[in-house]
Amino acid sequence: MARVGVFICHCGTNIAGSVNIDEMVDAANKMPSVVYASDNKYTCSEPGQASIRQAIIDNRLNRVVIASCSPRMHENTFRRTVTSAGLNSYLLEMANIREQCSWVHSNNKEAATAKAIDLVRMAVAKATKDEPLFPKEVGLTKRALVIGGGIAGIQAALDIANAGHDVVLVEREPSIGGHMAQLDKTFPTLDCSACILTPKMVDIAQHPKITLRTYAEIDNVQGYIGNFHVQIRQKARKVDHSKCTGCGTCWQKCPEKISSEFDVGVGKRSAIYIPFAQAVPTKPVIDTEHCRYIKYLQFVDEGEEGKKPAECRICEKLCPVSAIDWEQQDQILTEDFGAIVVTTGFKPFDPQVYQEYGVGRIPDVITGIQLERLMNASGPTEGEVIRPSDGTHPKSVVFISCVGSRDDEKGRGYCSKICCMYTAKHTIMLKEHDPEVQSYVFYIDIRAVGKDYEEFIRRAQEEAGTIYLRGRVSKIHRKGAKLIVQGEDSLIGRPVEIEADLVVLATGMEPSEGVIELAQGLNLSHDSYNFLMEAHPKLRPVETHIDGVFLAGSCIGPRDIPECVAHGSAAAAKVAGLFSQEKLVIEPLTALVDPLKCVGCLACVQVCPFNAPEEQKARDGRTIAYINDALCKGCGLCVVACRPGAINLRGFANDQLLAEVVSLW
Amino acid sequence: MVTDYQPRIIGFLCHWCSYAGADLAGTSRKNYPANLRIIRVPCSGRVDPILVVKCFQMGVDGVLIAGCHPGECHYAEGNYHARRRFALLTPFLNYLGIEEARLRIVWVSASEGKKFSEEVSNFTYELIRLGQRREIAAR
Repeated sequence: MARVGVFICHCGTNIAGSVNIDEMVDAANKMPSVVYASDNKYTCSEPGQASIRQAIIDNRLNRVVIASCSPRMHENTFRRTVTSAGLNSYLLEMANIREQCSWVHSNNKEAATAKAIDLVRMAVAKATKDEPLFPKEVGLTKRALVIGGGIAGIQAALDIANAGHDVVLVEREPSIGGHMAQLDKTFPTLDCSACILTPKMVDIAQHPKITLRTYAEIDNVQGYIGNFHVQIRQKARKVDHSKCTGCGTCWQKCPEKISSEFDVGVGKRSAIYIPFAQAVPTKPVIDTEHCRYIKYLQFVDEGEEGKKPAECRICEKLCPVSAIDWEQQDQILTEDFGAIVVTTGFKPFDPQVYQEYGVGRIPDVITGIQLERLMNASGPTEGEVIRPSDGTHPKSVVFISCVGSRDDEKGRGYCSKICCMYTAKHTIMLKEHDPEVQSYVFYIDIRAVGKDYEEFIRRAQEEAGTIYLRGRVSKIHRKGAKLIVQGEDSLIGRPVEIEADLVVLATGMEPSEGVIELAQGLNLSHDSYNFLMEAHPKLRPVETHIDGVFLAGSCIGPRDIPECVAHGSAAAAKVAGLFSQEKLVIEPLTALVDPLKCVGCLACVQVCPFNAPEEQKARDGRTIAYINDALCKGCGLCVVACRPGAINLRGFANDQLLAEVVSLW
Repeated sequence: MVTDYQPRIIGFLCHWCSYAGADLAGTSRKNYPANLRIIRVPCSGRVDPILVVKCFQMGVDGVLIAGCHPGECHYAEGNYHARRRFALLTPFLNYLGIEEARLRIVWVSASEGKKFSEEVSNFTYELIRLGQRREIAAR
């Protein structure tokens, strides 16, 4: 016989402000099976929880209904509360009368109270049909996979490895380092980016606990927390890295020169290449799209007409250790992991949609990251800032902020957080490069929240003499060798026109290419901009709704370097915490087959996305389905698909949902 | 809209997207009419069409089913199954004498609190416009 206790939370005035609590307690007392009902100022507080424990013992309650906030908020808190009073933690139901009632019906107390009572009634009806459930224990593989070798991934991998666990770091580019490797200096300290990053990259390569897999991608992820099975595709490099010494002869002698991705179009690389001089590993890959010999092979294979292209093979002839391997193919490696950290980072916003700025038409309109490469001493111009059109030194430079940020029209409503700061950095550095340079910045607002950030902006204004103009640029056009930037200074309310030699667009961040496919493979959710979603933006910032999968860095949203490092370390701490356990507890909210009702149609096998139902021979020789608890995620697809109604879902059983509906009448 | 008629609505919300979206509507105080009674399910694919018919049999005026956007299901493909099942159920409702418009399926992500609030408001107003169910009124 169910003895239900109902506990109604005021949540200060959050609930009590728009719902009549006394009326609720009265109504709850009259509901079937309810033997105790009371209210509490803050149910989640220690005194609130203590009163629940006491009431369970005093009234011999065997079901508990808590009407308060969303179960997504405090279900686990209250599960622990009822457990400490000796009840099974699954004999608890929550009625969400805050997020889904008091907060959205603040204008109608009567209707809100009626709804809150109904929600409690439904929860009571469901609770009477709750059954005790017992979590299962499974083993775990203490080995972590880090996806993405930017600064966040590097930090996460190093911290996990230093905690004593094996790590595989997968990076799809030929080198780790990410976007930080492209930078010249970092704000607000003006540290040389490479000087602080490359030692960490070398640590990754040399750490005995870290296996580095560059030029590799994730093909498929199966399994669950502690027991992930991951297929990693090692893309064909056409270079045998076990032989290659990284001497550099091949990439220096390769005759095919193409635009470098790392230099964002302002520099060139060869077809056999390392992305940049300090790359880790310092061993090249062959870009099969541009390699002359591979083009030659394709030409011969397809038997095309016309002039045969040159066979080339210069790298092969010059390689002192015969490391070039034309036969090399993509390789699929299947490995087991206990935890996955996703650090796929960002890509700079492509400003093509800003046609008013002349993007793509006017060569002297460049992006911030291109300027970064031009200023970098190891960049294509060896640190000389020149105009792409004629190679002269610019003296008047206009910066435009919020390109692809805070602009709903272009589908980017969010602030990219770093652009204000890197623009200030660029103006300071330009002044250092050439004291004659005058910089102008068109801005909407200056966002400088961070240690020493505001001071840094002032430094740009006062020491570097940068002129900040509040307003948008409406048009850029060419006049001789000069660029005329037309905009508005909204502080004085007048149009302004500036004659510039170079225009730099402070482009924002957007999620990396391919992150959606990865998110689908891992079952992660993402927001409308395709940034990945953390389990809770404040309290679980590096966890996801998938146990054992963690996030770090700018795949979650725009972040600067210190934040990425902090998040990398935070994710690593979570992984280390997970790996400190010997056994994992698996949620028992899974599907269950009644073997007496099962007719063996195996419709469940067809619908299950996780391969949890399996065919089994019953003792009497019939074919029936059996559900593997470790693989079942508890979605309930099979329950609905089951023709004879033999499958039920623990925690969301058929009779429970029915009871919720019926309770309303 | 001024009217005395208050439709009764049952909403089946997937835990991962729409239930979180409904929570977000609360956190961001996006008011909507108080006619909806929410039942949390792990996935829109958990909602049994028979249970929906049962709701109508009990006398509800509208059933709202809300799940993750197609392609974003927490369980990979549960919402596709839901979409198919309710595409099949809708003509059957007609056969039962229940207007199709009384069953509504929407996709609301965890970040769409505003959208959730708007969808519930629209559905409620639509049901008010439809008025009481014919067969119940005839009883």
